[in-house]
Amino acid sequence: MDINEIRKQFPVLDQQVYGKPLVYLDNAATTQKPLCVIDRERDYYLHENCNIHRGVHYLSQMATEAYEHARQTVARFINAKEAHEIVFTRGTTESLNLLATSLGHLLSPKKVMVTAMEHHSNLVPWQQMVQLYGGELLVVPMDDNGVLDLHAYEELLKQGPQIVAMAHVSNTLATINPIKEMIRLARQHGAVTVVDGAQSMAHLTIDVQDLDCDFFVFSGHKMYAPMGIGGLYGKTEWLEKMPPYQFGGEMVDTVSFEKTTFNKLPFKFEAGTPNVGAALGLETAIHFIESLDRSEVAKHEDALVAAAIEGLSKIEGMRFIGQAPERSGLVSFVIDGIHPYDLGTIIDKMGVAVRTGHHCAEPVMTRFGIPGTVRASFAVYNTLEEVGVLVKAVERAVMMLR
Amino acid sequence: MTIKEIQNQIIEDFSMFDDWMDRYAMLIEMGKECPIIDDQYRDEKHLINGCQSRVWLHAELKDGKVYYTADSDAVITKGIINLLIKVFSGQTPEDILSADLSFLDEIGLKEHLSPTRSNGLLSMLKQMMLYAEAFSQLGVRS
Repeated sequence: MDINEIRKQFPVLDQQVYGKPLVYLDNAATTQKPLCVIDRERDYYLHENCNIHRGVHYLSQMATEAYEHARQTVARFINAKEAHEIVFTRGTTESLNLLATSLGHLLSPKKVMVTAMEHHSNLVPWQQMVQLYGGELLVVPMDDNGVLDLHAYEELLKQGPQIVAMAHVSNTLATINPIKEMIRLARQHGAVTVVDGAQSMAHLTIDVQDLDCDFFVFSGHKMYAPMGIGGLYGKTEWLEKMPPYQFGGEMVDTVSFEKTTFNKLPFKFEAGTPNVGAALGLETAIHFIESLDRSEVAKHEDALVAAAIEGLSKIEGMRFIGQAPERSGLVSFVIDGIHPYDLGTIIDKMGVAVRTGHHCAEPVMTRFGIPGTVRASFAVYNTLEEVGVLVKAVERAVMMLR
Repeated sequence: MTIKEIQNQIIEDFSMFDDWMDRYAMLIEMGKECPIIDDQYRDEKHLINGCQSRVWLHAELKDGKVYYTADSDAVITKGIINLLIKVFSGQTPEDILSADLSFLDEIGLKEHLSPTRSNGLLSMLKQMMLYAEAFSQLGVRS
């Protein structure tokens, strides 16, 4: 695998900021997009743009076909049984809000379970929903390394949560959770399972049938696809049972002033004109990921993480937040006596783009008693040289700030 | 010194450096010299919203002049608030309220800090102005 060849497909990487080469290490927030994805979306608007599904004319039929083909590609990529089990959304957050609302209407749950390491998007919708039904949010605790306490998880399952929502990979701690086992246990207790795959899609191979989860949600923009597109996988039986989330065009079957009947899956959940161009970009992003040797990519990304940990650990007062044995894609840290915001501000001036703050996971920060972390997150196009620049930049910033 | 004279002094200090690292080094030094807020005021009431790091600000009126104290858990933020304190502390509420703030552009702070950070800076400024406003309306000398 030639990283320099891969980098050529990402023109945005080839630029200077403040006169220094850009080192983009904020991939957990959003990845950059390869030319093929940018071209695909552009081509759609150049040659194919049309509203889909209802038009009888040529362009509309072509656009509809392309959009549905993209759905099939997503289904194949995560090994869903049926293409109609894929609902296109704006991304993970919208998918989770859809689920919290529709499952809420269906189940009126008294107990919903999440883990201690959730992104706000996989926490707040459930919290607000369960409060609406006068219920209680259960939280699976984790240890100081950022590893979930599976014993506590089993104990909490005995309290009978109707829904269990869990991150596949933590966006702050990098922990890969043992979701297959967690899903199996949740099923034994009759709970509906929801997996937040926002941080795993770009890095791990997903097989929803093997995982046997009821729902799996993800964002396109974190896996080299355009912004504004993502997905919700749901088992047919659940998607059939769930009431619609939003109402409007496309999602209806027949409408009168007295009554409306709804369209079949997946259209029942796709009210309004969808982001067709971005969906096609997502399909192309999947082709891009599949064009690489995924085990080589994983090895490369693991090597970047290992090099970052090795280099950064030599800095006095370094404390890594999240030290799970099973981890993916990113390094989160704090340094004694230095505020993450100060560090992020200084290394930004050296061309290094990282994220600082609570990463939309405030309870995680509270758990570790810190105001935030500095997070460097990697993608296939990052290099060991860039990790070296990161380490040097942090060293220099520490000297300035101490 | 008047507000204008202090501002000109700061502009001169900042213009000595071409390199942004040096300017930040200066801000960090300023952060370390910030007149620190008394512990009793380090609470929710004195916390300024809109900053990425936490900033506490307090002000007192002595002999008709406003004196600010502050703190932040981030040293660059503390440098920025101290820069504002240097300009406004020891001035009358009326002078503070009528001050020309274009010096922020001239030292490149507003231009070089990102919008969210700039909002933080503006929140700090707004809070300082609110104190001056309150003292001005109070019209009493403590």
